[in-house]
Amino acid sequence: MAAPMLRWCCPGRRFAFAWVGCGSCHRRGPPTGSTSNGKRGQSSVAQQPHFTAQKPREGEHEWAAVVGLEIHAQIASNSKLFSGSQVHFAAPPNSLVSFFDASLPGTLPVLNRRCVEAAVMTGLALDCHINRKSLFDRKHYFYADLPAGYQITQQRLPIAVNGSLAYSVCVGRKPSRMVTRTVRVKQIQLEQDSGKSLHDDLRSQTLIDLNRAGIGLLELVLEPDMSCGEEAATAVRELQLILQALGTSQANMAEGQLRVDANISVHRPGEPLGVRTEVKNLNSARFLAKAIDYEIQRQINELENGGEILNETRSFDNRLGFMPEPNLPPLLLYDSGSLPSGADPQQVINVDQLRERLPELPRVTRERLVRQYGMLPEHSCALLNEVGLLEFFQNVIKETRAEPKKVTSWVLNTFLGFLKQRNLAVSESPVTPSALAELLDLLDRKAISSSAAKQVFEELWRNDGKTPAQIVAEKKLELLQDPEALEQLCRSTLEAHPHVVMDLKRGNARAINKLIGLVRKATLGRADPTAIKEVLERQLSS
Amino acid sequence: MVKQWKQCQTLFFGGSKITADADCSHEIKRRLLLGRKVSVALKQGRVTPTELCQRCLSLIKKTKFLNAYITVSEEVALKQAEESEKRYKKGHSLGDLDGIPVAVKDNFSTSGIETTCASNMLKGDHIKRVLLRYLASLLRLRSGSTDGIFGPVKNPWSYSKQYREKRKQNFHSENEDSNWLITGGSSGGSAAAVSAFTCFAALGSDTGGSTRNPAAHCGVVGLKPSYGLVSRHGLIPLVNSMDVPGILTRCVDDAATVLGILAGHDPKDSTTIQDPVKPFTLPSLTDVSKLCIGIPKEYLTPELSSEVQSLWSKAANLFESEGAKVIEVSLPHTSYSIVCYHVLCTSEVASNMARFDGLEYGHRCDSDVSTEAMYAATRREGFNDVVRGRILSGNFFLLKENYENYFVKAQKVRRLIANDFVNVFNSGVDVLLTPTTLSEAVPYAEFIKEDNRTRSAQDDIFTQAVNMAGLPAVSVPMALSSQGLPVGLQFIGRAFCDQQLLTVAKWFEKQVQFPVIQLQELMDDCSSVFENEKLASVSVK
Repeated sequence: MAAPMLRWCCPGRRFAFAWVGCGSCHRRGPPTGSTSNGKRGQSSVAQQPHFTAQKPREGEHEWAAVVGLEIHAQIASNSKLFSGSQVHFAAPPNSLVSFFDASLPGTLPVLNRRCVEAAVMTGLALDCHINRKSLFDRKHYFYADLPAGYQITQQRLPIAVNGSLAYSVCVGRKPSRMVTRTVRVKQIQLEQDSGKSLHDDLRSQTLIDLNRAGIGLLELVLEPDMSCGEEAATAVRELQLILQALGTSQANMAEGQLRVDANISVHRPGEPLGVRTEVKNLNSARFLAKAIDYEIQRQINELENGGEILNETRSFDNRLGFMPEPNLPPLLLYDSGSLPSGADPQQVINVDQLRERLPELPRVTRERLVRQYGMLPEHSCALLNEVGLLEFFQNVIKETRAEPKKVTSWVLNTFLGFLKQRNLAVSESPVTPSALAELLDLLDRKAISSSAAKQVFEELWRNDGKTPAQIVAEKKLELLQDPEALEQLCRSTLEAHPHVVMDLKRGNARAINKLIGLVRKATLGRADPTAIKEVLERQLSS
Repeated sequence: MVKQWKQCQTLFFGGSKITADADCSHEIKRRLLLGRKVSVALKQGRVTPTELCQRCLSLIKKTKFLNAYITVSEEVALKQAEESEKRYKKGHSLGDLDGIPVAVKDNFSTSGIETTCASNMLKGDHIKRVLLRYLASLLRLRSGSTDGIFGPVKNPWSYSKQYREKRKQNFHSENEDSNWLITGGSSGGSAAAVSAFTCFAALGSDTGGSTRNPAAHCGVVGLKPSYGLVSRHGLIPLVNSMDVPGILTRCVDDAATVLGILAGHDPKDSTTIQDPVKPFTLPSLTDVSKLCIGIPKEYLTPELSSEVQSLWSKAANLFESEGAKVIEVSLPHTSYSIVCYHVLCTSEVASNMARFDGLEYGHRCDSDVSTEAMYAATRREGFNDVVRGRILSGNFFLLKENYENYFVKAQKVRRLIANDFVNVFNSGVDVLLTPTTLSEAVPYAEFIKEDNRTRSAQDDIFTQAVNMAGLPAVSVPMALSSQGLPVGLQFIGRAFCDQQLLTVAKWFEKQVQFPVIQLQELMDDCSSVFENEKLASVSVK
């Protein structure tokens, strides 16, 4: 059971794009979404969808939900945040533990440059202000998988603050519209991951694996600017794409590289915010959306029934304090203007240099796709949401003469459909971009019909090493190119089916389709229906 | 409860014992091995490293009753001596300290030799000899008032001819054995080991005066380098922002030699200075007329013994008579130092000790009811009352509702204390001259009458502010008191001007000609060791 479940949770397969305005979450009135580029400080709090209690009473049925997120992204680095231990997923337990990770006394933290760069790049990508000076703190709590009894984090002065994350949602069913929403990024801080505890209830033992202890994390705090599960899930998905584009985190939720906690409250519009509750450790975007919507509904029901919301995660360790980490001096960052002369480039980090190294961000990529290929915004979303799909698409475009619209349709419908049906990743596809490009070329110069093209695609999927042209030749799928032969076939079809012709002449315009179908059948599907129609109409009117 | 305290030393040879291979103080090891200046006796072959090692080992055995050592790695030391000897024969020794026996306080993590920190918390650990250990009793040791599991260290001067003769005059029929003196803490073992000639130099640690205090009581030189000049990697922490490795030697030149080897950037300690530091030789000062010596008036406290006070003024007069400018200065926030230290120290202790949960290493209780129960019992068994008291106070100060009122306030006071020094040095003062301790060493029987808090407050009164400010300071023995016991004075320098500080200290040392301890009666057959005075120090005068 577990394996298909994991498969199912796997991110990158879920959201072609998100729908808002379905299920329990519906938006009243015209959507007032902001335009594409999210400016700092712009928030969508004012546009909350309204939730309806299950048994609405007259005039009392509207609730607004407020959702904020705390996201932990494991930094993609070779070694841990403060030690030289390697970082690997699924290594044998306790095989990646240095003396520092095990908190042996006398060991000291040494900051990993790569982790700092990852934090700065992520901050820049989210339009954050990068603090030129940030500080490290110890956050104390006793936990078996936290060997030192404290976590080194950035509580007082984090590395990046005041950013924003723009994401697109579709509103309404038909016709759908893409609307850009913005959530403010309060801060990004560097901190250590904890180890893992495994509880063996049979033997009443707790087993501890410290491989994860000390891996660098980016903690991102998203302000409560979201109003339902789908919005939160879409924002997380967008963040995931950004982190992957930057290479700062693999951001795979199933492997725990991206962990999300949500703060949720409901209130009546115009009244103060309600009491928050937390939903913790959600490991897929789909579950995140479901859990948030469930919690929103639970709170509404509770309040509707005269109950009150209690903050259940409030606990004693909130009282335990922070302390400055005395073994790490302030983290100083520079820009080209402030770089001290003669500084060792290995010892300083230049924010401007990192900014130059930023890759194209997903939002920009999507805008480019829409502009360059004239595709619909939701199609550009779909291309980015599947790992490797955009690259596949671009490779096909490069090699084919077919229209971009045709390519988009084939990649998103046929190709992606085949992958999903068989639960495969793009990299596992038996059809190469070149093969698809060749197939689309055949279609483009009308050498084969669309239905024949589907047949060729199925053959290609079987991966016998044959090219589309070979398949077309073998299966005799090429379109009927001889006009004489088509004239002949049309004529004999008309002669063989006088009652259909009569029908048509009596005014049933749709009878022509029947005739076209009959001719196609006679050509074994190798004639273009438009061409058939043309010939038939000419013959009928003569 | 029996109140005892104890210093922990291990003997190692030529400095190579101090590190563990993968993770410990490699940098210290490297530096100890790479000293430039070589003891002339070793170089000329008048004495071999093996002979030197054997003499020290024999002296350690003779002075076992001092309780200065916890672990004596005899085999390792002799093997290293042999290797050192080969190097000398080939003519490429590793440097100044190659072949010189050095002792290390038991709160440095060492390769292949057990570190216990004189604590139950780390004794008998199943991973012993491999990993770093902790000594929970470190803080108890620091204030010289602990019940460390190894018992207290005895001050070698208790057995000196100088002290015994004075005592005979005063107390005719007293039991001598029960009246031994304390060394002061917490690097008392290091001070005793150097004082009793069992090694040439020892590493201690100094958080509030732990190196300078015992140095003054044991008549040796005790150096607290500037914070950030010497790596703390491998040093088991007490208060990270104040801890520094301390250096104990029999003369100022030796302290400079050891410092020259240890100082500089360590990639494994982010708080060390970035600039390279080269080993250095102290110049012999002949003219002090350009010096300005500051005498902080707040250090003249009612508790200061009249004898120490008079030696202090005598020292000031000495500088003045030789042409130096001696002026009274003010460090107005000095009196807040002790209470400020209490808040910062207990907070960091509570934080640093959180790791001793019995999971990864060290003592673990037998209880397996739950993880929480295991923590509680382990920590109850592993820590004594004093440590538990500090952890409780520290956690209280770190509570969210108290943080601003205690911890942040204390940090602000700390800044004021540090600024006091900055202001004085900016006004043109080169070096401050103060007492190191209130009085000479007291007998153990008298010492344990006071409770721990009072004692630690008194012990550190002249030394602690320096740690708050991160400045270098050195205690230099000046003279014997009327009881025949050493009295040391403290010099405080500008941050990272350790060399200038030691140059002044060296001049002073030369003027006062502090007498050599006379232990011949006690160790008659070993007296030959001391005959050749040149061998008493690493440096060649």
